[in-house]
Amino acid sequence: MAAEIKTSVRAFLARFFQNVDLADDQDIFALGFVNSLFAMQMVLFVEKEFGFTVEDDDLNMDNFRSINAIAGLIERKTTAETAA
Amino acid sequence: MKIELTPQQKIEQATFRDFVQEEIIPHADRFDQEEYTPPDLIEKIARQGYLGALAPLDSGGISMDMVTFGLLNEEFGRGCSSLRSLLTVHSMVIYAIQRWGNKQHKATWLPRLAAGEIIGAFALSEPNVGSDAKNIETTAELQGDSYILNGRKKWITYGQIADLYLVFAQCDGRVSAFLVERNAPGFDTRPLKGITGTRASMIAELFFRDCRVPKEQLIGGKGFGLASVATSALDIGRYSVACGCVGIAQACLDASLRYAGERKQFNAYLKDHQLIQQMLTDMLTNVKAARLLCYNAGYLKEVGAPNTIMETWIAKYFASTRAVKAANDAIQIHGANGCSSEYSLLRYWRDAKVMEIIEGSTQIQQITIANYGYQHPT
Repeated sequence: MAAEIKTSVRAFLARFFQNVDLADDQDIFALGFVNSLFAMQMVLFVEKEFGFTVEDDDLNMDNFRSINAIAGLIERKTTAETAA
Repeated sequence: MKIELTPQQKIEQATFRDFVQEEIIPHADRFDQEEYTPPDLIEKIARQGYLGALAPLDSGGISMDMVTFGLLNEEFGRGCSSLRSLLTVHSMVIYAIQRWGNKQHKATWLPRLAAGEIIGAFALSEPNVGSDAKNIETTAELQGDSYILNGRKKWITYGQIADLYLVFAQCDGRVSAFLVERNAPGFDTRPLKGITGTRASMIAELFFRDCRVPKEQLIGGKGFGLASVATSALDIGRYSVACGCVGIAQACLDASLRYAGERKQFNAYLKDHQLIQQMLTDMLTNVKAARLLCYNAGYLKEVGAPNTIMETWIAKYFASTRAVKAANDAIQIHGANGCSSEYSLLRYWRDAKVMEIIEGSTQIQQITIANYGYQHPT
């Protein structure tokens, strides 16, 4: 499951980070071209693709910093939704 | 694939049209001249439920689907862009609270906003900052249980009468969003007069002088004011403006078809002159194309598709530039009459020009949409 999530996230990010081969733990903010439009599309992507809502409390830079971080957020949120 | 409004959406559209035709259009030129929106009209709009269009049902709103919300904005835009801008900014605040507010924010504000008991306004622009939102100069500093805001906001739509302001400020080096009440200590407003378009939208300059805001009124995560709150609210605002532009262009088309069918020159109706036909054809085609782009953007919002953000940029870019062209051509068709205040065309023209500047200027859109072409080559 984790590998599938990362593949999906990587495919989404590849649209924005062209010509960059992103490592799972690479800091996408450090690459310098993350903006608010990207951030909003990222939020909509994880919500639609994985079926949960990004809440106020989830808005932490560390949740979106890398493929690993985003996958971690998705796993936590989907696990929480399933448990609920 | 089916591109057609649902029966319910058609019914809603007819209701919006009737309301605008009866309550707004007969008075819109006067509102424009007087730079004023009468409170009793806002109350009528509230009674229709339109101020709660995007508020959830459990807070007394309508929870309108996004395509229907677009239809509402188109009809308001056809009648009066100032009133459309009331829907815009009020809905932006509702959307931001619904999307990013905590339980307390939602319980405190949404029912009153939905009912129109209070009016919301969106406060991002400043005297020195328009497109470059990341570099706003208003500051917020945490002191005890409050944030202390200092700075100025400018061109704030319905800022003269709003009760609740969604305010953006630099906080520890990043932009955060705050809900500020009109009666907050250190907060003041000043009406701005003489704007060229949307003149009845009661714009204001806002002043924050050691303005004290309870720390609980931070919304959307500290430092996420742009990435979450502003971007999602502006997406709704941009969609509202795009649909409003379709309305402006439709009003120009309606007026032009009517006039060209009644006025004769060289012993023939204007509509039978080929150069007039060219302008009518362009106007009609652009209205239909802009409307379809808006339907597409609305549909994508409804299904939660990430590309609704950029598809809305495209809709707004196209609709606003075509609204300016439609108004320009409509005046040309009307000749000297088009340059007279006896007709509404100058208002459409002035309002359309503003649409090319707000919610992302044409130039910012041209840069951003080009980049989108590389993200979604198809």
